[in-house]
Amino acid sequence: MPEKTIYMDNAASTRLDKRVLDAMVPFFFDTYAVATSEFGYSMGIEAKEMLEEARVKVSKAMKGSPEELIFTSGDTESSNLALKGVAAALGTKKGKHIITSKIEDFPVLNSAKSLEKSGFKLTYLGVNGDGLIDLGELESAITPETILVSIQHANQEIGTVQDIEAIGSICHGKGTLFHTDATHTFTRLPIETDRMPVDLVTISGHTIHGPKGIGGLFVRKGTPLNKWMDGGYQEFNLRAGLENIPGAVGFAKAIELVTSEENERLKGIRDALIERFLKEITRTTLNGHRTKRIPQNANITFHSVEGESITLHMDMRGIEVSTGSACFSRSLEASHVLMGIGGNHERAHGSIRFSLGRFNDISEVDRVVEAMSEVVTRLRAISPLDKREDEA
Amino acid sequence: MRFPYNEKVLEHFKNPRNVGKIENPDGKAIVGSPACGDMVAVFIKVEPTEHRIIDAKFESYGCASNIATGSIITELAKGKTIEEAKLISWQQASEALGGLPKIKGHCSVLAVEGLREAITNYEEKHGLVKNKEPTTAEVIKRRLKNVMNPITGLDIVRGELVKDIRIENGNVDIYVDLPEAHIFAGNIRDEVKERVETLWDVKKVEIHFNDQ
Repeated sequence: MPEKTIYMDNAASTRLDKRVLDAMVPFFFDTYAVATSEFGYSMGIEAKEMLEEARVKVSKAMKGSPEELIFTSGDTESSNLALKGVAAALGTKKGKHIITSKIEDFPVLNSAKSLEKSGFKLTYLGVNGDGLIDLGELESAITPETILVSIQHANQEIGTVQDIEAIGSICHGKGTLFHTDATHTFTRLPIETDRMPVDLVTISGHTIHGPKGIGGLFVRKGTPLNKWMDGGYQEFNLRAGLENIPGAVGFAKAIELVTSEENERLKGIRDALIERFLKEITRTTLNGHRTKRIPQNANITFHSVEGESITLHMDMRGIEVSTGSACFSRSLEASHVLMGIGGNHERAHGSIRFSLGRFNDISEVDRVVEAMSEVVTRLRAISPLDKREDEA
Repeated sequence: MRFPYNEKVLEHFKNPRNVGKIENPDGKAIVGSPACGDMVAVFIKVEPTEHRIIDAKFESYGCASNIATGSIITELAKGKTIEEAKLISWQQASEALGGLPKIKGHCSVLAVEGLREAITNYEEKHGLVKNKEPTTAEVIKRRLKNVMNPITGLDIVRGELVKDIRIENGNVDIYVDLPEAHIFAGNIRDEVKERVETLWDVKKVEIHFNDQ
């Protein structure tokens, strides 16, 4: 019997919690109608009520009001709407300058690049070795033409958490809107829109054991934002398209199931992984900040070996992890995040991300560390780099 | 289980043949770099009368297809004369492995280049080079394209570390824009020497750092 699969790629996507599915099922078979107005028919009115109940729950989880929460198809759509929506609303009125960072996830980064092609001026802030932006640099980059700053809450690959309160204060002090991609922090770290200086926040369901295909965008009241997908008048006329009611209900349920105990438990697994890798395997570097870090991420570079070789060997041992190595990606490009913090390919080439979720357990750490140790030893034995460094 | 490669590739990846170094090799080459991702070292032992490859080994800092290609290419090379071995193509290596994904071509072609360069290295060291073009700065620059500055991940030519190359009566002086105390200065010096010294009309190679 092969051993049970250990899945540590939860930042990419998570297994649905069965309780989420149970909450969703009635909206496929019983209350499947479109959400109608209050003058519609029973099933539609009921559907609408359940959608609004989900909206209340999701917005509460970020201490916002329901009118400030737009359901979307996920974090990609949310971030597209935030950047392109603000650009369309303010581009001709206020200015065409947008600031973001070099290590954002693709929805923000590629929305920024696409705006750049249509005439917007973009500033991509660099980060230090831990993955943190420099607040002074941000402040001096803001000009009267700056319409939006988009800096992620935590990084998708290295888990570093930015100081979004300080960033937001700087932005608001200079009269600029602030968007943050909170895909990897929502429910894992507090996001309190009632006291944090944020205007737009991207969140997603599938990273917290919710369904794929549902996400949200917090839009603070009064934030100028243009709709960019044409269709009906759903979601306060900001996001056209049939509402995904089972998704919204599942998203709300998924949020409800995350507890602070769970986050502490994941932190324990994370710290055990980090500590043991750094102690038990030579020539390893932790990627990302040691403490300003989400509970569910450990990212380590194992020097002198290549990541795709590691992930394949790990896969053969029933352990699913990912790497920032170029060889692993569809684009065959090394991770822009690891390049951003390390400045060289070597850092990305041997990087492995272990991202945790509800179904991971501290008892898995032994098997993962032992397998990694064996795989790295094996690959270093055939690496031309290893011996050169040892000789030096 | 659904792995990204066929059984044969996986088998060579799990149990690569001919892994390691050959002590005092008759020919060797290191191709690729940490910058483009993958890197392969190839070592050959050649029987001198017929120039037949009697042993071939490789080392890889690379992905699965890189390792598997290193394994198959050294298998294919053994027993062949250097003229025969030079003709081994990526397609042949890929066929022998039951097919590699096309997108992985660039990682796996490195092992093929590595074997060819190891053969060239053998030919140069043994006076077998037929096409004796005089060594110019351009020839040297081509050679140095594989010498990396591990900090930037760029080769020393593209990274503009090679400030000047002077050639006079077989003596080559290479001026490198790094201080001698730079942590990789020693590595870079050794690698540059190794790659240039074998050229047929080069007698001596000197590396000058910017603080010398």
